[in-house]
Amino acid sequence: MAETRPDPDALLARVKREELGAVRGRLKIFFGSSAGVGKTYAMLLAARRMRDEGRDVVVGIVETHGRGETAALVEGLEPLPRKEIDHKDRTLTEFDIDAALARRPQLILVDELAHTNAPGSRHPKRWQDIDELLSNGVDVFTTLNVQHLESLNDVVGGITGVKVWETVPDTFFDDADDVVLVDIPAEELLARLKEGKVYMPEQAERAAGNFFRKGNLMALRELALRRTADVVEGAVQEYRADKAIGGVWKTQPRLLCCTGPDPGSEHVVRSAARMAGQLGVEWSAVYVETPLLQRLLPEKRERILRVLKLAQDLGAHTAILTGGDVCQEIVDHARAGNFGTVVVGRGPTRRLPWRRTMSDAIAAAEDTLDVLEIGRGARESGTPLPARPAIAPAEPSPKAGERRARYLWTMLACVATTASAAILHRYFDLANIVMVFLLTVVLVGARWGRGPAVLAAVVNVLAFDFFFVPPRFSFAVTDVQYLLTFAVMLAVGLVTGQLTAGVRFQARVAGHREERARTLYEFARELSGLLTTGQVIEVAEDFMSRTFRANVSILVPDEGERLASPTARGMRNPVDVAAAQWSYDRAEPAGAGTDTLPANDFLFLPLKAPMRTRGVLAIRPERSRDLMIPEQMRQYETFAALTAIALERVHYVDVAQDALIKIESERLRNSLLSALSHDLRTPLAVLLGLSESMALTQPALSAQQADIARTIGEEVRRLIALVNNLLDMARIQSGEVRLNLDWHPLEEVIGSALRAIRPALGDRRVAVELPPDLPLVSMDAVLIERVLVNLLENVSKYTPADSRVTVSARTSGGDLEVSIADDGPGVPTGKEEAIFEKFARGEKETATPGVGLGLAICRAIVEAHKGRIHAETGRAKGARFVFTLPLGNPPDVKAASA
Amino acid sequence: MNAPTPVALLVEDEPQIRRFVRTALEAEGWTVHETGTMKQGLIDAGTRKPDLLILDLGLPDGDGVTFIRELRGWSALPVIVLSARMGESDKIEALDAGADDYLTKPFGVGELLARVRATLRRRHHPPGSASPVFHFGEVEVDTESRTVKRKGEAVHLTPVEFRLLSLLIANVGKVLTHRHILREVWGPAGIEHHHYVRVYMGHLRQKLEDDPAQPRHLLTETAVGYRLVA
Repeated sequence: MAETRPDPDALLARVKREELGAVRGRLKIFFGSSAGVGKTYAMLLAARRMRDEGRDVVVGIVETHGRGETAALVEGLEPLPRKEIDHKDRTLTEFDIDAALARRPQLILVDELAHTNAPGSRHPKRWQDIDELLSNGVDVFTTLNVQHLESLNDVVGGITGVKVWETVPDTFFDDADDVVLVDIPAEELLARLKEGKVYMPEQAERAAGNFFRKGNLMALRELALRRTADVVEGAVQEYRADKAIGGVWKTQPRLLCCTGPDPGSEHVVRSAARMAGQLGVEWSAVYVETPLLQRLLPEKRERILRVLKLAQDLGAHTAILTGGDVCQEIVDHARAGNFGTVVVGRGPTRRLPWRRTMSDAIAAAEDTLDVLEIGRGARESGTPLPARPAIAPAEPSPKAGERRARYLWTMLACVATTASAAILHRYFDLANIVMVFLLTVVLVGARWGRGPAVLAAVVNVLAFDFFFVPPRFSFAVTDVQYLLTFAVMLAVGLVTGQLTAGVRFQARVAGHREERARTLYEFARELSGLLTTGQVIEVAEDFMSRTFRANVSILVPDEGERLASPTARGMRNPVDVAAAQWSYDRAEPAGAGTDTLPANDFLFLPLKAPMRTRGVLAIRPERSRDLMIPEQMRQYETFAALTAIALERVHYVDVAQDALIKIESERLRNSLLSALSHDLRTPLAVLLGLSESMALTQPALSAQQADIARTIGEEVRRLIALVNNLLDMARIQSGEVRLNLDWHPLEEVIGSALRAIRPALGDRRVAVELPPDLPLVSMDAVLIERVLVNLLENVSKYTPADSRVTVSARTSGGDLEVSIADDGPGVPTGKEEAIFEKFARGEKETATPGVGLGLAICRAIVEAHKGRIHAETGRAKGARFVFTLPLGNPPDVKAASA
Repeated sequence: MNAPTPVALLVEDEPQIRRFVRTALEAEGWTVHETGTMKQGLIDAGTRKPDLLILDLGLPDGDGVTFIRELRGWSALPVIVLSARMGESDKIEALDAGADDYLTKPFGVGELLARVRATLRRRHHPPGSASPVFHFGEVEVDTESRTVKRKGEAVHLTPVEFRLLSLLIANVGKVLTHRHILREVWGPAGIEHHHYVRVYMGHLRQKLEDDPAQPRHLLTETAVGYRLVA
């Protein structure tokens, strides 16, 4: 039943990647089976080619190891100065990431992807440097040997007997845009080795004899070829998915890897990662915490956390499950999460014939699950990972003293029981006395757990035997049946203790869960009532400091996007602030427990809200081990998310308030304007009407009086035009011009504008030249008519009375271009822009009326329509004003004929 | 019906405006009654039997549009509204409510008298009452035989164009709003498509006007509607 529907998650991931790709640089990895195959050489050749094509290429770091051919290729490429780091009275030179980011070439060469940076660098690993370069849009060429791939690390170790500590996560390798396999046959490589052309790092030199055996080289070559084939296969799959070629969308049951405290777990995790990679499925790694495992030594717990971290680095989701039955927990988790395959490590070979192995148990519990058992890896795969700095300082167990007290109380209880039994013995049978002892064992087990229960059982058996079983005051037993009594008592002790411990464990786990849920709820509730950013930060810092027993600080950006802490808990160390800034700029976690700046004491979590990142949460727990527990990290992340949402909500409260004030002031302005407009127009209307009706009064006016009345009327009309312009300008200035858009034929708007301005134009001849197929244009007809009227009014003001005016239009690109040309004196040269300013006039000191608002209004209106307006420069004769309006998709008119 | 002096009712709260409107109308031979409130205006419209109502839209005791709606309940009296507002929506509202024409303050006496004359002419000689043939400019429209001639030559109009033209002729001199035209020509379904009217008015101008970009008969009242001037 192949599903044909594209997997939305995969599509989303791809879209995300493409979005990133828009800015992210391209990574090309030159991949080889071992040192000496010529990766650096191939990389340099490719880089020179790119340079010759005109690309900006810089050599970030390339180790030539004194080989002439390679050095010759580096010649002529721009080198980047290396950074010098003092470390234990030695000076190390390292790749300088900051210099590279400052230089920002198009392409940078960074040799040896798996390199571990000198202590004190920004990132512990070079691949992380490269990741940062890529996310800054710089293309990178780099080299990698197969044994440095995390998932193949122990396989290669197994083949060659040489263990490499410098590794690169497979996800990084798989995400490379191009992988170029640099390959030569084993014989040739051996020949090059003999010629001394292969550089050996010091620590590997002693093992070199071992390493460069033909068999090893062939095996490595095969691994490299296969791994490259996997990458190519991945690209093909993606291509097929992209082109919607059917058949590739299968439901993909995921892979679940079970880990434990045993030394082989890392091997299991690596194998699972490899398998997941080959199957192209997602995978998870889980660890089930049971009461039994609760009592593990701290070192072992540490190892579990490290294994989970390793799994995370290899691309897995990780989780810690809690429960009494490992097998049941795993099966439940697999069912809930659409896991089809469970990978377990092979346990110790059956110690007891009736004990089922883990794989059998899982298979029995859920027969649809595939169970894969991974053989135990080479012993050495169990050796600890490269030491992480300053994680897990030794902690005194808080329970040691308490435990001692429990055993003491148990002893006292036993003594008391024996004493009371001695009294009861006078009245009761020996069989009933046993019951008293049994009761004590049960009570001790229920109260103090398994250890004390066992102690109580043993002590009580001995006491019962010594004091009560004949012969009394001797450990000798005459009647064999008492042996059964002893056995039962011991068994009852053990069972009670076990049960109690289990119940307690469950209760504690439930308590923890409830505690987490409760703190989350309380946190959310406390945040929900707050109204300002300052309050949110203060409450969140207080709450988290208390809950996590940690030093907590929240940093928010100022206007310049620089982070600062507004509270007194602010971090004073500039290094910490810089790390926080890094985390904020990338919206990625940094600091302790992450890949970036792990030497920092603080963990920095970006406060990602739906709209944007709102700041950074910095946490430094008192117990640095907390940073390695996935559940704890998740708790931090949840708190960070809650804080981010609270900050965003508060932000939008501010925005809403601003908007409200804006609306209010706009309304006030509008009512002010319309009142002003009414109060100005009414007297003007009266003036105009009265002046014009004077001519109609009886007896008739004298010729002189009639002339005066007419002049008054004309001047009032001019005043009216002026007031209209001023009011319009005020309206436009007071805020956005609100457009009443609809589809209009230009011809009609020109027609009504001409009709309105006709009296002012007098004898000037007007020609309208419009192409017959002009489309409808979306505009506010009143306002565009206003633009045309103002432009034509200028013609009437500035041209001789017998001029010609031409109004024409054409489509040009996506715009409608309207022009008004005359054959008058034209716009003064150099003033073509200035006349659009308010109160600007073509020339000073003129008798022409008006205050020069007309063109400013035109510009405001046209720009509100997303168009442009200008006066044409360099004309021989006359002025020509052109404005454009964007053409949209005019509606269909055919339907209107129905 | 043809009284020796026609009677006009002027409802306007601004005394100075009342004064010049009265002067202008009286010079034309009208008898003018004035009132400053909507309430008194409605009473006078019933009792004085005016031939014309001139109404300010911004009265202190009510909205002019309400006044027209109420009046249209029982009277076909011609109404010209005076509006101080720049917005087009209140004019459209008044026209849709049944006003015949409008003037935006400030307006000249000449404009006022021209509107008054046109309104009255339409009232006394409704188009088509005497003859089915209507003339404007060089165009001759026979509404009975549904033929149109320009400069003596037959012009072909599509059915929609003819319906539109007939509507304009039936309301010659009067402003017709887009809504009104759409309802009458295209029916209630087309009421939101204002650009239909604009496009078809363009067609009519192409066929009937000398210079369609500077029409002399088929006039646009920007953002309000159209008017046919004979």
